[in-house]
Amino acid sequence: MEKIQLVAEKERGDGVKEQSFILNMGPQHPSTHGVLRVVLHLEGEIVQKAVPYVGYLHRGIEKLCEHITYQQCLPYTDRMDYVAAINNNIGFVLAVEKLLGIEDEIPPRAKVAEVILSELGRIESHLLGIGTNAMDMGAVSAFLYCFKERERVYEILEMVCGARLTTSYPRIGGLPTDLPQNFEEVIRNFIKVFPKTLVEVDKLLTRNKIWLNRTKGVAYISAEDAIDLGLTGPTLRGSGVPYDVRKDIPYLGYEDYDFEVPVASDGDAYSRYLCRLEEMWQSLRIIEQAIDRLPDGPYKADLPDVVLPDKQKVYTQMESLIRHFVIVYNGFNAPKGEIYHAVENPKGELGYYLVGNGTGKPYRMHVRGPSFVNMQALPYMVEGAYLADVIAAIGSIDIVLGEIDR
Amino acid sequence: MKRSDSLISEIKKSLGSLIVSTHEFRGETTFVVTPAHIVSICKKLKQEFGFHFIADLTAVDYLGIKIPRFEVVYYVHRFGDDFDDHTRIRLKVPVDEKNPVIDSVTCVWKGVNWLEREVYDMFGIKFRGHPDLRRILMPEDYEAFPLRKDFDVKNRKPSQKCFERDLLEGNN
Repeated sequence: MEKIQLVAEKERGDGVKEQSFILNMGPQHPSTHGVLRVVLHLEGEIVQKAVPYVGYLHRGIEKLCEHITYQQCLPYTDRMDYVAAINNNIGFVLAVEKLLGIEDEIPPRAKVAEVILSELGRIESHLLGIGTNAMDMGAVSAFLYCFKERERVYEILEMVCGARLTTSYPRIGGLPTDLPQNFEEVIRNFIKVFPKTLVEVDKLLTRNKIWLNRTKGVAYISAEDAIDLGLTGPTLRGSGVPYDVRKDIPYLGYEDYDFEVPVASDGDAYSRYLCRLEEMWQSLRIIEQAIDRLPDGPYKADLPDVVLPDKQKVYTQMESLIRHFVIVYNGFNAPKGEIYHAVENPKGELGYYLVGNGTGKPYRMHVRGPSFVNMQALPYMVEGAYLADVIAAIGSIDIVLGEIDR
Repeated sequence: MKRSDSLISEIKKSLGSLIVSTHEFRGETTFVVTPAHIVSICKKLKQEFGFHFIADLTAVDYLGIKIPRFEVVYYVHRFGDDFDDHTRIRLKVPVDEKNPVIDSVTCVWKGVNWLEREVYDMFGIKFRGHPDLRRILMPEDYEAFPLRKDFDVKNRKPSQKCFERDLLEGNN
């Protein structure tokens, strides 16, 4: 909070002068989770009006993607919601597979692996969401417990794809490499140790008096407003609306898994926290079921036009080398048409709108980022509340600026 | 699936001549509708058919491919009465190049506020009746509209030449 500007001075009845002023929160402020600027019109400590300004991180991903092939778009997608990069990758890959009409060709091993990875991404993102939300309000210990566990998820991701943050892992048509040999063992170990952290976070926060005071009844949004504003994810379910893309418009075979969509009906920051906490338990359930049914077999589709050939064959066979060259250089021709594919990201519905024009490059790619739409709710949540509640509200929406600005 | 099919044919019947054309691709239904009636169509969809949620709003620039040049795309969602019957349809509205103005649907769904601002920012399509139509991602003093097809990425300014070169080389 750098700049304080005096706006008006008015005299109260008892001769005391009262000042209302504009407070510029951000763009560089630790609790805005990136470079977000919120202009707050304050009267004393009460927020009269809040105007968010975004765009400081705009990189023009949508424009850049119009000039590169579909496979080349993939690394851009994990720079959007970099907290759950793997979920963005999977969403994009599924969208292109839908455009090509090859969803049924994807082998079951790849699908189950993608389910496990996206649930790991969800756990990782919720741990960060809860941890930083608590830290912004002064509860640093919860943050440390969350980050300790997040490290374990990052280690699994590193083992699978070699990268921790910017994963770029699945490919259109399956996985680029098979899962590591000890994958099952590592996941089973994670399932065993992770509940301990969840219980710890639960004990630290759920009945913590200070946490309750800071979040209960704060940043309220009603179910009707939440739907009208287009909110999704825990921000919507915290208001009592049971909409989850995994359940309602299933992809990756989510309809075959046994899990519940946690809903809390109070519509405040505390409800959203409860939703996130419970969602991690449900993610764990899904991972447990998925690892039990992880089948052997191919990890990428048998589609010579779309999927790169095995590296070994590229070095030894002429045809594979040519195929490799053509796919890398020209890409594959997507049909003319438009699709929208949504996945349930940790923050809400992530949608890709793709327009294909028969060439190897997307004619138009639009990303419906959940944080972008959810961020609109901030003024509705904080107007009339205290300045300190703005911090709680931003943390409880759980935004990532990389996705808002793209 | 059958329930949503019958719903779509009901919508088709109800909107009648307001729908210019209908097509289906990969299981998604698209209605191309006339720009003049977009607000009344959206209101009807929300109030009569229960499309309370809008998933996405964006635009596409078909420079050199289609006339009118722009298309604004709406993707609306219906939860059903008990959140158990999910239907989505896409509305497309052609917008003219010379006068890129369309009525805002912020009066129907509050959530399109930022999405419409983004379309204005990127394509220069103005939304009539929008409460706060300002640039959102680009700087406020920026002049070009970057997602238009005649925008040169390398020099970061509009260029018809660049678009024609891309067209020749097959880059869109």
